[in-house]
Amino acid sequence: MAADTVAKKKNPNDPFRKYDLTLAEKLYLPAISKGMAVTLSHFFQKKVTMQYPEEKPEVSHRWRGRHVLKRDEYGRERCVGCQMCELACPADAITIQAGEVPPERRHLHTTERYAVIYELDMLRCIYCGLCEEACPEAAIYLTPFYEFVEDSREKLIYTKEMLTEKTGGPIFYKD
Amino acid sequence: MLKQVIDKEIADQQQLQEQELYDLNLGPSHPAMHGIFENRVKIDGERIIECESHIGYCHRSFEKLSEHYSYTQVNTITDRMNYVSSMANNIGWILAAEKLLGIEVPKKVQYVRVIMLEINRIIDHLICNGILGVDAGAYTGFLYFMEAREKVYTIFDKMVGARLTTNFGRVGGLDRPLYPEFADDVLNWVKVIPKVLKEFHTLLTRNRIFIERCRDITPISAERALDYGYTGPNLRAAGVEYDVRKADPFSSYEDFDFEIPTGTTGDVYDRYMVRMEEMEQSVKIIEQAAKNLPDGPHHADVPEIYLPEKKDVYSNMEAMIYHFKIIMHGIRPPKGEVYQAIEAPNGELGFYCVSDGGPNPYRLHFRSPCFYYYQSIEELLRGSLIADAVLCISSLNAIAGELER
Ligand code: SF4
Ligand code: SF4
Repeated sequence: MAADTVAKKKNPNDPFRKYDLTLAEKLYLPAISKGMAVTLSHFFQKKVTMQYPEEKPEVSHRWRGRHVLKRDEYGRERCVGCQMCELACPADAITIQAGEVPPERRHLHTTERYAVIYELDMLRCIYCGLCEEACPEAAIYLTPFYEFVEDSREKLIYTKEMLTEKTGGPIFYKD
Repeated sequence: MLKQVIDKEIADQQQLQEQELYDLNLGPSHPAMHGIFENRVKIDGERIIECESHIGYCHRSFEKLSEHYSYTQVNTITDRMNYVSSMANNIGWILAAEKLLGIEVPKKVQYVRVIMLEINRIIDHLICNGILGVDAGAYTGFLYFMEAREKVYTIFDKMVGARLTTNFGRVGGLDRPLYPEFADDVLNWVKVIPKVLKEFHTLLTRNRIFIERCRDITPISAERALDYGYTGPNLRAAGVEYDVRKADPFSSYEDFDFEIPTGTTGDVYDRYMVRMEEMEQSVKIIEQAAKNLPDGPHHADVPEIYLPEKKDVYSNMEAMIYHFKIIMHGIRPPKGEVYQAIEAPNGELGFYCVSDGGPNPYRLHFRSPCFYYYQSIEELLRGSLIADAVLCISSLNAIAGELER
């Protein structure tokens, strides 16, 4: 390997050579002025930083942010409380208590079973999207909303009322 | 008992004072440390006489946790290992699980994995070399690198919907179809990388201050590196041409044409150069893969392992049954054990998985490259200066999240 090292050192174009500096390199100044030129050129280029609260980054429609529980065309809750999302969740962020729909509320649900309690702890959630994949009823989706700011932990445990959207629509396919 | 300990401590202190040595804690949380490492060093002036490394400040028991997770859920914890290049870990785990299940994925999936792995290699090396510059006193290059990194995150965002914790890929394929402009986006991004690298070369590579700061700092011989179990760029910097991509090609790496750069002395400068050269090679691989990206499905034809499409789940009885079966019953590989290694940006990242036929891995071990680098810190730092110690740790690219799992 020693002979190899020497051969490498002698080749002036070898980027790995580090022992023999040329005279220009020994003088510091050319390297520094070249470096300064790079910095200066950046000085006049378009700025890439973003002034965050005023300017917001655009995220794609696939973004995994705040969850939403969907309703169908008739405004009924799609979620049937099957607890598959709870099972799929690696962070145990979802708590569901399922129950039978009382007769007077039957028009609000698609089946006799529904989630009496549906709580999602936004601080536990890791936004992996596995609940969305697991749901067999097209009920839960992750949306591109990403700004969660509250002044207490309790406020970030979202209940069913906070998660369910107000109006419904046809089945939403997220590609 | 306690008295003995205290006495010993006092005696040690006295001995230290006689030798005029000074005890210093580099870390666990020190502004110059990259991650939560603790290094207790004994210094004589500026020179480190002895070093004692401690780990365990960032331990999150991933291996135990994964014994309670399904094969899909384990993917989410691999994100959090080397958080600088999370997709590389995802790919490694998915490949291990696929090997256990004996799944052959389509060429398209393999190519996309190669592209993502190489992109992650580039962004990992960008951070590593950028930080090395910062530690050597050159802050500017780091910011220019950050810009390139930021741009690739928009690709990640469009592809999987997250920037850092990607959760990319599923056992048997990709997590979802590719978005249409994927190949163009990748090619556009990779086009600017040589320019960014050239700028960085201008700023640092032949700058005498940087060279003198880095050359012959904490060198390691090839033999010692192998003894410690080095892999990846740090081993190649010591002059051993070992790369899992060539030695044991996975995910169609044999289709691509690239070279393995090697250094000679294994010092900080060689590690830096190897990383810089590797990025150029990665650019080559990405261009080849993105230009020849085959058409085809985004997953293998394994209905009992890969979740069916949502459209089918709501309309087709068979798909519905498979959907329920996979979620409720889990993916159940046959009994057996498997080791799958990939060339992660940091070195050989291995997954050793034992299955007992259940829905969770019976035992899962991550072979993380940093762990092996970090063992050698004590030897490397002995006799060097404090300022060099920081350079050494950042050039080894030890990442606390990966080191301690
Ligand atoms: S996104 Fe992941 S962590 Fe969050 S609730 Fe869904 S499954 Fe759980
Ligand atoms: S959100 Fe979907 S998976 Fe979760 S309980 Fe409701 S229907 Fe089931």
